[in-house]
Amino acid sequence: MATAPARPADERVRNVGLARTLLNRPELGAVTGAILVWVLFAILAGDRGFLSLRGTATYMEVAAQVGIIGSAVTLLMIAGEFDLSVGSMVGAAGMIVAIGIGEWGWPVWLAILAAFAFALLVGFINGYIVVRTRLPSFIVTLGTLFILRGLTIGVTRTVVGSTQVGGLNAATTGDPIAALFTAQIGPIDVAIFWWLGLAMVATYVLMRTSFGNWIFGTGGNQVAARNVGVPVARVKIGLFMATAASAALLAVIQVLGAGSGDVLRGEGKEFEAIITAVIGGTLLTGGYGSAIGAIFGALTLGITRQGLFFAGISSDWYQAFLGLLLLTAVLVNNWVRSRAMKGG
Amino acid sequence: MSATDAPHAPASSGVEAPLIEARNLTKYFGSVIALHEVSLHVRRGEVLCLLGDNGAGKSTLIKTLSGVHPADSGELLVEGQEVRFESPRDALHHGIATVYQDLAMIPLMSISRNFFLGSEPTTGWGPLKTIDLKDADRVTRDALKEMGIDLRDTSQPVGTLSGGERQSVAIARAIHFGAKVVILDEPTSALGVKEAAVVLRFIAQARDQGIGVILITHNVNHAYPVGDRFTILDRGRLRGTYAKADLTPADLLEHMGGGAELDELRHELEEVAGVTTEPPMPPTGYVAPHS
Repeated sequence: MATAPARPADERVRNVGLARTLLNRPELGAVTGAILVWVLFAILAGDRGFLSLRGTATYMEVAAQVGIIGSAVTLLMIAGEFDLSVGSMVGAAGMIVAIGIGEWGWPVWLAILAAFAFALLVGFINGYIVVRTRLPSFIVTLGTLFILRGLTIGVTRTVVGSTQVGGLNAATTGDPIAALFTAQIGPIDVAIFWWLGLAMVATYVLMRTSFGNWIFGTGGNQVAARNVGVPVARVKIGLFMATAASAALLAVIQVLGAGSGDVLRGEGKEFEAIITAVIGGTLLTGGYGSAIGAIFGALTLGITRQGLFFAGISSDWYQAFLGLLLLTAVLVNNWVRSRAMKGG
Repeated sequence: MSATDAPHAPASSGVEAPLIEARNLTKYFGSVIALHEVSLHVRRGEVLCLLGDNGAGKSTLIKTLSGVHPADSGELLVEGQEVRFESPRDALHHGIATVYQDLAMIPLMSISRNFFLGSEPTTGWGPLKTIDLKDADRVTRDALKEMGIDLRDTSQPVGTLSGGERQSVAIARAIHFGAKVVILDEPTSALGVKEAAVVLRFIAQARDQGIGVILITHNVNHAYPVGDRFTILDRGRLRGTYAKADLTPADLLEHMGGGAELDELRHELEEVAGVTTEPPMPPTGYVAPHS
């Protein structure tokens, strides 16, 4: 400790060196992965616009879409739980906004507020069921996944008569609140700022606050955490509400940006969010992970998806790439964790 | 050999009330009598060893003392005041902390984050409140040093500590956060000889600082050196409480029922194979049964 000269350096503290310290960080795999896929597509598609500002902006935009949910899902996974309902939540919250504005003529702010209120309620219910029943969140939120999607399709068809609501632009153009979610700053989509801002907040919460310490504790060993007074139930319910709210944020960005809502929006986003977290170094078993890592996880996904596009490879191959990335990330993570436990 | 049971110390005698005292605790699980009128007490700077075979009721007894589940009858007193614990947290507020062997620490978290888990020191206010990590590191190191553990680096994961160190950090944490009585559930059972010694030395250190310790173990060799008094449970009932001055390790083993059983086993082995075995007793001070 540099600030306390009274305490001489302990001779038992081995100088492990920068390289070794980095090797023990959960973010290592994600940073390496992002660089590798970037280099790969820079070679394959560098002359086709992948390296241009526009190309960069598009993969950042794709990364932002998975990263917004990925940040929240990362915190939840560090606390040892899954949320498979976020994808359906994107569809549900999106239709609340679309129907509210397009069918019922609500002001933009009210539609957004309603979408977030609904998301927080569903998140609370998810968390409450998990905490009270002690069922695996995998099963509970798998249930919510189908309930939400089914309700979204059924209610929308009943109310609107179709599964899409369009023509929102007339109501949202010039609306200052809508601009918060849809503005372009130069070639940069405002969603990118939402993504990076959320990831920063998630990192701050995780590393610097008591709540962050409780997240690690809850995921590391919830019985031990409860024994020392960590409000485990509150931590989990709060994080389920956060993941649902992050899905609502993405829904608002998508629906207002496109000017239309579709009941199938967000399909598969739950898996992309989990992959983002895992590539980012978060353990599936909880207790270990990083929101900074999740930034690079999302970036890896974005680069891969848009890189395939720029390279002229059919996006049919995207899912195969995704699966390969996931498996590689899991193997690297296991190795990093076993190193961390050995103290490098 | 005299059993030193309930203290019966009237307030006028000038003797300090025990830190914790249980009187005639009884606990049922359905039709099973898990505890039957068990009494014990611990004073400041004293190590009470709770011994007994598997199923003797040790776990039930400490769970009752630590607020996990209430007794069906009997009284619990903390420093002479009758109390009723609704939860482990409630017991903690009264200064009764329990350290469970496997559930004490979170391996992937740093030592200082573990130390302060649930009671983090914060600076700032409102939503901007942050953990004072520097302070946490310093306090953790000092608290451990005070208890005789000089740790290398408190930012390393707890998983990198040895089993004995891990137990010691958990005990130090309980004491740092105001525990007057520390209940230790089998702290040495999964440890090697050297590691067990680390923990036992740490227990002695805590005792010297005035902490009351209840040590649960079924290992006489661990209990005897550090214990002041020994309470033996058998099938949910109190067999007796003995002061150290009144018995040898062999007596202790004998009281636990282990002596007679081991003796029987020895005879059986001799009959079966003609094997002559040495008495499987502690090397010193062995008193043959019935002598």
